[in-house]
Amino acid sequence: MHTDASMFKVRGLELSLPDFANKQPFGRAPMVDILKGLDFDIETGSVLGIVGGSGSGKSTLGRTLVRLLEPTAGSIVFEGSDIGHLDETGLRPLRRRLQMIFQDPMSSLNPRRRVGAIIADPLRIHDLDRIDERVDEALDHVGLPRAFRARYPHELSGGQRQRVGIARAIAMRPDFILADEIVSGLDVSSQAQVLNLLENLVRELGLTLAFISHDLSVIRRLCSQVLVLNRGTIVEYAPVEQIFDAPKSEYTRELLDAIPLPDPDQPGW
Amino acid sequence: MTAFLEIENLSAAIKGTPDRLLRSVSLHVNSGEVCGLVGESGAGKSMIGKAVLGILPSAVEIVEGQVRLDGEDLLAMPQRERRRLIGATAALIPQDPLTALNPSRRIGPQITDRLVDILGWTKHDARTRAAELLDEVHIENPQRVLASYPHELSGGMRQRVLIASAFAANPKLVIADEPTTALDVTVQKQILRLIREMQERHGTAMLFVTHDLGVVSKICQRLVVLFAGMVVEKAGVSDFYANPAHAYSKALLSATPKFTEPFTSLTPVDQTVISAVSEQVEAADREWRHAH
Amino acid sequence: MRDGRGTIKRKAGLKLWLSGGWLAVVAVLTLFAGWISPHDPLTQDLFASRLPPFWAAGAEPGYLLGTDSLGRDVLSRIIYGGRVALTVAIIAGLATAIVGSVLGLIAGYYRGWADAVISRLVDIWMAFPPVLFAILLIAVLGTGLWSIVIAIIVIDWTRFCRVVRAETMNQSQMDYVASAVVAGHVRSAILWREIGPNVLPTIVALLSLEMGIAVIVEAILSFVNLSISTDAPTWGGMIAEGRISIHQAWWVLVCPLIVLFLTVLAFSQFGEGLKDRFDPVLR
Repeated sequence: MHTDASMFKVRGLELSLPDFANKQPFGRAPMVDILKGLDFDIETGSVLGIVGGSGSGKSTLGRTLVRLLEPTAGSIVFEGSDIGHLDETGLRPLRRRLQMIFQDPMSSLNPRRRVGAIIADPLRIHDLDRIDERVDEALDHVGLPRAFRARYPHELSGGQRQRVGIARAIAMRPDFILADEIVSGLDVSSQAQVLNLLENLVRELGLTLAFISHDLSVIRRLCSQVLVLNRGTIVEYAPVEQIFDAPKSEYTRELLDAIPLPDPDQPGW
Repeated sequence: MTAFLEIENLSAAIKGTPDRLLRSVSLHVNSGEVCGLVGESGAGKSMIGKAVLGILPSAVEIVEGQVRLDGEDLLAMPQRERRRLIGATAALIPQDPLTALNPSRRIGPQITDRLVDILGWTKHDARTRAAELLDEVHIENPQRVLASYPHELSGGMRQRVLIASAFAANPKLVIADEPTTALDVTVQKQILRLIREMQERHGTAMLFVTHDLGVVSKICQRLVVLFAGMVVEKAGVSDFYANPAHAYSKALLSATPKFTEPFTSLTPVDQTVISAVSEQVEAADREWRHAH
Repeated sequence: MRDGRGTIKRKAGLKLWLSGGWLAVVAVLTLFAGWISPHDPLTQDLFASRLPPFWAAGAEPGYLLGTDSLGRDVLSRIIYGGRVALTVAIIAGLATAIVGSVLGLIAGYYRGWADAVISRLVDIWMAFPPVLFAILLIAVLGTGLWSIVIAIIVIDWTRFCRVVRAETMNQSQMDYVASAVVAGHVRSAILWREIGPNVLPTIVALLSLEMGIAVIVEAILSFVNLSISTDAPTWGGMIAEGRISIHQAWWVLVCPLIVLFLTVLAFSQFGEGLKDRFDPVLR
C-alpha cells in the first residue's frame, strides 16, 4: 500500500522524439533527446511550478506525467505503481485521476460540442453517477452561470473558455491536475481572474497541481515548489521562496532578471 | 523635438456598419521618442498601426480623422503617393517572426528587395548595407545568415533580422507591433534592448504596440492607454507608473503580475471599472452620432 | 460581437441557394422525367429532324430545344440523360467518399503500418492516368451503369483518402484530441466521435465535388461510347452525336454541354457552400 507523502516519484526520465526536420530522404529520422534523465518527486497536496524557456522540454515533461506521451526510459511511479509504460487498457482507470488543462482553450474544446457535453463527456466514460449535478457543480466552482451548458466554445470569451477547461478537469475530482501554460494566452485582466480561481480551487478541493509556465511572476503567486528546466535537464528544484530569494543556478537568475516588471526604474535593464 | 507622426480624431468602422472600432483617436509620436500603445485584446491597438501604414483589412474603413506623417496628411493623398511616402519613411517590426519572413527565400534578398525595388539602390549597395545592418543588430557572421533560410534561425535571430530589415532604409518612423510577444523572457530582454539601441542610434520615432505594461516601462518615454478603440489615458512613463490617472489604467496596472509583490499584484480588473469605462465609451459614441 | 462574419455567411448562402436550386431543378426533372419530358427521348421523326430551338426562326412549338438529326427531342433527351448522370453521381460519389474517407481516417489517425500500407497504395494508384484507367476497367468489366460506378470508385477513392488523411493528421494534433485521451476515451471512440465530425465538412465538400466529377466521367465514357447501352440518352452521348452535325444543328451539341457545365459547377459550388455552412466557427 502507498504510504509515502509523494504522489509522483520520477526517476531517470528520458524521452526522445524523431526529428523530421533533419530526416534524410531515405532511412529513419534521427532522434532528438527532449528530456535527459530527470529525477524528482511531487508531494501530495503540493503545487509544483515547472518553468523554462521554449525548447526546455517543460510541456513534454507535463504530457509525459499524465501519460499522453510514453517515456523512452526511466520510471514514473504514481501512488506506488509505475505507470511509465502502461498500455491504453492499463491507463484507462488512471485517466480519471490524472487530468489536464490545456494552454489553448479554443483548440482543446471540441468546437462542435456544447459546454455541457464537453464537461459531461469524461464523466460518462468513467460511468460516474449524478452527471448533471456534477456538471452544474463544476460550473459553479469556476464561477460560470449554469446556463452556459448550452453554449458553444466559440461563443465564449478567452477567460470563460479557460474556465470551461478547468471545470472539465475538476468535475472528475482527479488526484492530480496538470495545467499547461493556461494563462499565457489571456489578457492580464482575465489572467488574474483565472489564477485567483485556480488558487481558490487548490485550497478548497485539496488539489495536487503541476503548473507549467514561462512566467515566473505567476509561479510565485501559486506554487509551493518550483522546478526549473533548461534543455531537458533540471537546473534547480527548490521551494518557491528559495527560487526567488536565493536562486542557486545562473539560469534561474537570468530568468528572474529578464522579467519586465511594470516599473521604469527596475535595476538591470 | 517635433511630432513626426500625428493622428487626429481618427475613427474607423467595419464597412457598412455604424459601430466604430477606433473612436476619435488622437496621439502623436515625436522624432527620437518611443510612444507605447497599450490595451487588451480587441482594444484596437494594432489597428492604429495598420491605419498609419495603410494596411487595414479591406473590411475596415476610416470614417474620419487625419494621419499626418511629417506634416503631410496621408489620408488626403492619392493612393500611389501615399504608398511611396510610407515606403520611404516608415517601417514595421511585426509580431510573429516566423510568418513575417518568406520560408522559401533566403534572408539576404528579403532584406535587400525593398532597398533595390522601392528605393532604387544598386544590388551591391543593398547587399553591403544588409551585412552592415546584421552586424548592427549583433548577429555574428552576417554573411552566413544572409545566405540562410528562415527555418534555420532561432526565433530570437529571426526577430533580429526583422529589426535589421525595418531599419534598413533609415526610416523616420518605426511601428513595432507586439515585437516580443512570441519570444522567451530572456530573449525578449535582449530584443527590447536591441530595439531601444537601434531607435536611439537612428533617432527614429517609434510607436510601440503591446499589451504588456512591464514591457512598456522598459522602452517607452510616453504611453497611450486604449480601451475599446478609445484613448483613456495619455501620460509620461514615470508619472504613469507612479500614479495612473484613469481608473482603468489603475486596474490594468494592478492586474499585471509582479513577482516581487506576488500578493498585491494580480488583482483582477473590477467589473465596476469595466462598466464605468464602457459607459464613457457609450457617451462618446452618443456625442459622436449627435455631431454627425 | 460584430465582425466580418455576416457578409461571408450571406455570400455562402447565395452560393448555396443558386447551386442547390439548379441541382434541385435537375433532380426533379429527372425524377419525374416520365411526366415532365414533352416527348419520348427515343422516338425518331425524320420529318421533324434538326428543328432549331424555340427562339430561332423555323422553330416548331413543342420542341423547346429543337430536335437532333434523327428528329428526337433534345430537351427530352437531356432530361432522360440527367437520370443516368445523377444516378451515377449519387451512387458513385457516396461509395467513393465512404471507401476513401474510412481509409484516410484510419491512415491519418493510427499512422504506423496502416498508414504506410494505405499511403503506398495511394501513391501507386495515382501513378495511373485516370481516364485510361477508367477505359481499361470498362473494357474488363463491360459497359453498363454499374461498371461506371465501380470504375469511378476504384479510380477516385484516392482523392478522398489523401485529403481526409491530411486533415485527420491535422486534427489529431489539436488539443481537443489530447483532452479526449486525458478524459479516458478509447482510441477508436476518439476517431469517430471527436475527429470524425471535424473532418466531415471537408468530406462533404469533397463529396459534392466528386459528384460533379462522376458526372464528367460518365459523360466522357458515354462520349467514347463506353457507357450504358448506346440507344439510351446520355449527356456525353448527345455531345458526341451533336459534334458530328455541329454546322447544321449546333444546339444538339451546345444544349447538353451547357447543362453538363452548369451541373458540374453547381456540384462544386454546393460543396463549398455546405462546408462554410457546416462550420460553427467559420475558420
